[in-house]
Amino acid sequence: MTLDPRADGAAARLADVKRVIAVTGGKGGIGKSSVASVLALEAAGIGHRVGLLDLDLTSPSTHVLLGYPTAFPEEPFGVEPCDHAGVRCMSIAHFAGAHAAPLRGASVSSALLEILAITNWGPLDVLVVDMPPGLGDAALDVLKLIERAEHLVVTTSSRVVLDSVNRMLQLLMRVRARVLGVIENMQRAPSSAASELAGRHGVRCLGALPYDASFEDAAGDPERISGTSFASSLRALLPALNL
Amino acid sequence: MHEYALAEAVLRAAARVAREQDLARVTRLEVAVGELQQISQELFERALTEVETASDPRLEGLEPTVTIVSAALQCRACGATFAMGEAAGEQGADEMEAIHFVPELAHSFLACPQCGSPDFEIEGGRGVTIAAMEGVTDDA
Repeated sequence: MTLDPRADGAAARLADVKRVIAVTGGKGGIGKSSVASVLALEAAGIGHRVGLLDLDLTSPSTHVLLGYPTAFPEEPFGVEPCDHAGVRCMSIAHFAGAHAAPLRGASVSSALLEILAITNWGPLDVLVVDMPPGLGDAALDVLKLIERAEHLVVTTSSRVVLDSVNRMLQLLMRVRARVLGVIENMQRAPSSAASELAGRHGVRCLGALPYDASFEDAAGDPERISGTSFASSLRALLPALNL
Repeated sequence: MHEYALAEAVLRAAARVAREQDLARVTRLEVAVGELQQISQELFERALTEVETASDPRLEGLEPTVTIVSAALQCRACGATFAMGEAAGEQGADEMEAIHFVPELAHSFLACPQCGSPDFEIEGGRGVTIAAMEGVTDDA
């Protein structure tokens, strides 16, 4: 026999995590990492115990957005996420630093499983997962390994993005994943695109987040981030996410 | 030490398989650990007997054995095959520590000794697997 035991380990490490919200979308550059990071920050801000797992293994960015340090984690028994601004953060950046991680599919799956199997989240109300773009190995692995994950789908009103996100929603519905709803990000003008897309799949359109030019300057500083209109708009959506 | 987390994963998986196969007791458990994990055999064997969070009566008295499997790497760019010790690239303490945590980071720090590419296949010697397991049922 040959049995990889890490899936059993991953389940044990997530046993005290009440909810897992996977922030997903079909395309890069639409603000999934910003939504995931600020969602974690704002949920922690209203008293929830929150973790943030950056699963974009080849291009992690939540450490840049929230400004958490990427030193090797402590490892008393497994590895400890880095506590930052009230959020327990874990990223491959803790191990790779600024080095590139050129990973093919099988290595993405193995690295993802390793991180899930060794990270001590402890008791959390919600673990926010920043998903990589697309329908590749990491997305499929999360669907398989964390079946209870609730998917928060990010889109913009761009037709190119909507086409990709439509494919993502098709997959999620086909595998009967739990979809929290669709959020339109970087909205510059009122648009019905996201609600039409959500309606096509029978899921909720949760609202829109404005394009906020000040967000880039605030990146890396949780306090300044919370003062942006992007963060306040996301904060207003927390009840719709049952947070 | 994250060896204990991996040891717990091994024991939880073994207990699950024992339950699924209606085994009353597991009598033999062989664990293979890839060289890329950079784990001490002795330490991992100790962890497998000390982890209490995965305790299960089916595993009582079990003394798992651990074998380290050498890494076998093959370059996708030029086809060269090489061992971990033959790899080019950065192999300082920090780099090896990173690989210890997440073995796939070998692609960040190691490279083909012939052409320098980080695009190599890990054909063997990564991960932790249960290589063999035996047990007895109540009837035995």
